[in-house]
Amino acid sequence: MLSLTQVEVDALLLSLRIAAVAVLLSLPLAFACAYLLARGRFPGRLLLDGLVHLPLVLPPVVMGYLLLVLFGTKGPIGGWLLETFNFRLIFNWTGAALAAGIVTFPFQVRAIRLALEAIDPGLEVAAETLGAGWFDRLLGITLPLSLPGVVAGAITAFAAALGEFGAIITFVSNIPGETRTLPLAIYTALQSPGGEQAAARLAALSIILALAGLLLSEIVARRLRRRMGR
Amino acid sequence: MSLEVDFRHVLGSFPLDVRFHADKGIQALFGPSGAGKTSIILAVAGLLKPRQGRIVLNGQVLFDSAAGIHLAPRLRRIATVFQDGRLFPHLNVRDNLFYGWKRNGRIVPMPQANGLIDLLGLAGLLDRRPGDLSGGERQRVALGRALLMGPRLILLDEPLSALDQARKQEILPYLEYLRDEAHIPMLYVSHALDEVIRLANRMILIDQGKVAAEGAVTELLSRLDLVGLTGRLEAGAVIDARLSVQHVDDGLSELAFPGGTLLVPMLKGALGKRVRLRIRARDVILALDRPTGISALNCLDGVIRDIRDDAEDGHLQVALDCGGITILSRITRRAGRLLALAPGKPIHAVIKSVNLERGRAE
Repeated sequence: MLSLTQVEVDALLLSLRIAAVAVLLSLPLAFACAYLLARGRFPGRLLLDGLVHLPLVLPPVVMGYLLLVLFGTKGPIGGWLLETFNFRLIFNWTGAALAAGIVTFPFQVRAIRLALEAIDPGLEVAAETLGAGWFDRLLGITLPLSLPGVVAGAITAFAAALGEFGAIITFVSNIPGETRTLPLAIYTALQSPGGEQAAARLAALSIILALAGLLLSEIVARRLRRRMGR
Repeated sequence: MSLEVDFRHVLGSFPLDVRFHADKGIQALFGPSGAGKTSIILAVAGLLKPRQGRIVLNGQVLFDSAAGIHLAPRLRRIATVFQDGRLFPHLNVRDNLFYGWKRNGRIVPMPQANGLIDLLGLAGLLDRRPGDLSGGERQRVALGRALLMGPRLILLDEPLSALDQARKQEILPYLEYLRDEAHIPMLYVSHALDEVIRLANRMILIDQGKVAAEGAVTELLSRLDLVGLTGRLEAGAVIDARLSVQHVDDGLSELAFPGGTLLVPMLKGALGKRVRLRIRARDVILALDRPTGISALNCLDGVIRDIRDDAEDGHLQVALDCGGITILSRITRRAGRLLALAPGKPIHAVIKSVNLERGRAE
């Protein structure tokens, strides 16, 4: 009972790959957004704040639909990608990663922003008087001090990306081995007669993953905070 | 070293109009909280850009509104020691100390850097994190970090005000040593007169965004017109004297200054050592004749130079000239009337030895 079937392993590995790519690729952008929101004073800051948080309140199906319009083969960005790089997001696992990355983006931005706002701005001022330029301060002071938030945000987003359903199924459909992540596999199992047991096993797997992610995030953040001397 | 500061700025609705110069030694920026002292420090460091004016350090223009010059803080090589230390919590003491050193061309040679670390008593703390340090240790690290960058000028923004009395006493000797031996000029912001008296050579009195007076500490503190700013209750003359005789059996030291000699509670140190002494105005008794049969050991001969009515509480502030040195006395109006005090009148100043606190002591 404890060993996983090939279908389960496929769904699990695919989910992990999609979530990992989604989080790693969106992390730098999330840090930049969080930095702008925490430190920037510019017109349109409120708009950026709203845009970043939009996936949190928008129905995932709507997100998937918007992605389809923009990144579909006939969409403005999707069409360009296909023509220029012969690269297709739709019906492809990379498209699932894009969807998961966008939907979980707010989790990262919020965690990083909170961490940035908790840093004493006086420390960067002190670094400046000691001869450190902007990038030097970012790399040597701001980034390490916000690391607990960055890691916590990334792990939370990773756990959430594993569970993304609506945006993925709408944007890249439900293709075994390509876009059928754990939640999509559960959905598929429930749709087929006698699939209740398979669905239950997959659901249990999802719960374990999600819980492990949250616990890991908490432990890592705590350890980092202690290392930062706080 | 020469620092020329001349600028105007507005903070909220608070106008700042500052002009002073500073040279070697420790210059105290003294004044009540909210007088604009910290803003002056920030402008010199480059962290605040004044609306108008000019700041020049050793001939280099740091800021000139007319010429459109505003040198970035990181290019000024001016160290700042903040009230709260501002050590980097994720770096150990060693990395904190060398943070500015690495970014300023490593101009302090390594042996000298290690010497400073030893001097500040930090050699045993190098692997610790700031979170594990006491308040006094943290300020010592902040001071070391400032020194190691090889600064042309050190700005100290109330570096001791977050510390209790014991921790202050722990840091003060280091600052005195730096003043006397390291020859790095410092601008020292404080609203604690005892620190200023102990450390500073010159004093720049700041009041409501303006320089009310500047000059030697001894000179400013003996000016009656500034008593309202330097503190009415704590008002008193500061004199520089030399240790001349030790009366070990009586537990007394004799100090010589141009106005005479003073017996004070025993001081440690070699004969001839310079001692800065503060004589609070309220501890000085005035007498027309040299008193006899009195327990007070000190009696200075002088002439009344100036008398001022203190509008606040109706007492009198009297300035005496004792051999060219000013001594202040604070007496009631009635006493002034009974003694018929007037400028030019010869007078004796009587001071109990136990009331003579040391302004500066090594």
